[in-house]
Parts: sequence; structure tokens; C-alpha cells
Amino acid sequence: MTTRLREQEEEETAPQTRGIVEQLVRDDVGRKKFLKAVGSAGAVSFGAFVLAACGSSSSTTPSTSTPTTPASPTPAATPSVPASFGAGDVGILNYALTLEYLETQFYAKVIAAKLYTGAVGSLVAQFGSEEAQHVAAIHATVLKLGGKPAAKPTGKFPITTAAAVAKLAYVVENLGASAYLGQAGYISSPDVLAAALSIHTVEARHAATLATLVPGGHVTPTGAFAKPADSAAVLAAVKPFIA
Amino acid sequence: MITDRLANPELAEIEVSGVTRASFLVRGALAAGAVYGTAAVSPFVSTAFGATTDIDILNFALTLEYLETDFYQVKAKTVGLTGLAAHYASNFGKEEASHVAALTSAIKAAGGTPVPKPTFSFPVSSASAFLGLAYTVENLGVGAYNGAGPLLKSKALLGAAGSIVQIEARHAAAIALLINKPPTPSGAFDEAKTMKQVLAAAGPLIK
Repeated sequence: MTTRLREQEEEETAPQTRGIVEQLVRDDVGRKKFLKAVGSAGAVSFGAFVLAACGSSSSTTPSTSTPTTPASPTPAATPSVPASFGAGDVGILNYALTLEYLETQFYAKVIAAKLYTGAVGSLVAQFGSEEAQHVAAIHATVLKLGGKPAAKPTGKFPITTAAAVAKLAYVVENLGASAYLGQAGYISSPDVLAAALSIHTVEARHAATLATLVPGGHVTPTGAFAKPADSAAVLAAVKPFIA
Repeated sequence: MITDRLANPELAEIEVSGVTRASFLVRGALAAGAVYGTAAVSPFVSTAFGATTDIDILNFALTLEYLETDFYQVKAKTVGLTGLAAHYASNFGKEEASHVAALTSAIKAAGGTPVPKPTFSFPVSSASAFLGLAYTVENLGVGAYNGAGPLLKSKALLGAAGSIVQIEARHAAAIALLINKPPTPSGAFDEAKTMKQVLAAAGPLIK
């Protein structure tokens, strides 16, 4: 497996096929929107990003450590997910639940198709199980918060060859990771945030693992800083996978 | 299959299992203070035991990023890495250095003073031991950021921390596959570590 991994990693410099995530990255949605909001469109480095972020802190609670906080709309003022998912943390959780349902169904179909054996087969089975645990945890949390869990969507996935499916899994996991990252700043409850963070990094681990199985895959496809994706971009990306 | 053990048996234990890790952290917290002294594990110690502000948390993260950068950019050159391991060390080192730069900027922007870079001591001398410690350190980074995230008051900084922690998780998974370790060592939900726990585990690596 190590040899195979090495060969694939060395293809990192090969031109990337434009996948959904690559498009999202190129669109650079979060950063552009953010920079536009703070009026520093020329800033491109992450350092500048953070500087800008500090200067326009949109925390809903006053920050003691970022004294220069000009008035700006708070994230909470604009729902980060469509109203159909619900309001506040319940809405964000239902959005995440929908994505986790799709991921779980995807892995179930991949496992049923018996495309992988050995170490890769074991990883795929494990990742599928972990997505199912995310579904269960988020579903329970929505109920605990007094919300109504989102209905389970019916996924449709092109389960073809082992190579094509690995690539799709890589895209899906990267999308999941960027989706969680895109919501982090909108979550009100510290407990819900902690749970989201703990799921977020597991999606990232899945994505990095799959990157080693996909020709041209990147462990860190956006370099040192992961990019968030907003719900509009994510829902548009997953739309083809909902029956 | 990597069978070598880390030179430092206590550090090796960190990665054995969740149960062992937990008990290590309790002992490590005591050991860090007793063996190294609280001054020796500075600047971790002030933040670990009293962090309340975002600047404290960012400085805590900066210390960890300094550690990772030094590990990949200095220590890595002494252990004979080849192939994919060398490739990862090179890439990951650059990414950790970018985290150092970003956190330094963020701390200054928030009106704080970035902590100075500590001196580190990594008890590894072989490629396999290096990778074992890399796996431990990256997983520690994930736990540290996930634990600190909800403590951040600024949502903008939370977004920045999230953007970094996702990279630490990716590094951890990639290294896991090199050494036949689980890419998701805590299963479906990554652990959040308290700053005390992080201090206990990383303190011994700081001179």
C-alpha cells in the first residue's frame, strides 16, 4: 500500500481535474465575500485575512481581546442556512444532518458494491460507520434542542469503478469538511460548536485519507489553510446527488 | 510496518491508546512541572492554567505551531526521511510555518504580543520514530484547537482556527497511513483537549 500511496502522492504536481471542490476553491467564495464585506479586496494572504478578520470582528458577544471592533452585521443576523432547515443552531444541525445522511448513503452503496478489498475496503467501511454515527449524533442533538430533524434525503450516486468512486468520495469528504468550516462562526451553543468541530476534523481526516488513493489527490488541497464553503455553494454541489 | 518505538517511552505511550493517553496526561501534567519546572515549559504554562482571552489562546496555538514547524523543518532533516515521508515533512513544514505567520499577525492585530519561539527537543533519531511522533503531535494539535475553539470569543478568529485545525487533521491522517495507524484515532468524533492536557503532552518537548 505504501508504494501505491507514494506513486499517487507524487502525482500531486499533475494538473488537477476540476472537481466540485476545486471549483469551490477557485471560486474562493468565503474569502471573497468576506473581503468584500470588510472592504479590503486586495488582500490575498492569510495573514491579511486574519488581520481583516480581527478588524471586523463580528462576534455576537463583545470580545475582550479584539479591541478594534467596528460595528458590522453579526453572522446571527443573516441565517447561514436556508430557512427550510430551521432557525439558529437547529437549522445548522439540520443542514449538517442532510449532508451526513447523503454521506452515509453514499458509503453504504459503495460498500454494497464491494468495490474495495483489503486495507482500503476496511477504511471505507470504517468511514461509512463514522458518517452513520454523525447522523445519529446530530439527529439526537436536534431533538434535544427541541427541533424537528430534517427528513432523510434519497441520495443517488454514480457507483461505477473503484477509481471513479474513490474520486467522488474524495470530493464529497472535502465538501463536507468545507461545509462544517463554513458554519463554525454561526453556531451559538458552545456544546453544539464543540460537537461540530469534532466532526469537522474527522471529515478532514477522511478527505486526506482518500486523497492518497486518488490520482492527483492532495492531502491539503488548499494549502496551509482550509477554505470554508457556505450553504448555497454546498447545496448546489450536492444537488445532483439528491434524487 | 513500523515497529520502532520512540526513544522517550513516555511519549511513545501517548499514542498507544486512549486509555493510556489519558493516564499519561495526568502523570505528564505532574511531570512537566516537577521535572522541567513551570518556567521551563513556559510559554505554555501561563496560558494553560489561566487563558481567558483570545490573545492567550492564540499564543498557546502559536507555541504549538512553532513546535510543529521546528519539528518538520529542523528535526526532520536529521532522521533520514525518504520518499513520501520526506515529501510530507517538506509540505507540512511549510504549512505549519504559514500557521505561525498567520497567528503572529492575528495576535498583533488583536493588540497582543506574540510569544517568542521556544527551543525544542525531540527525542527521536530514526525516520520511524520521527513519524510516530509526528502522528502524536498532529493529533495533539487537532485536540488542542478543537478544545480551544469554543473558548474563542471572536467568531472571526474561530473561523481562522477552524481553517488551521482542518489542516492539522489532514496531516495526522496522511501520516497515519504511512505508519499503519488509524487515520481516525478517536473514531467518528475527534477529541477536544484542554490546554492542561496539551501542556502535559507537549511540555516535555520544550527545553
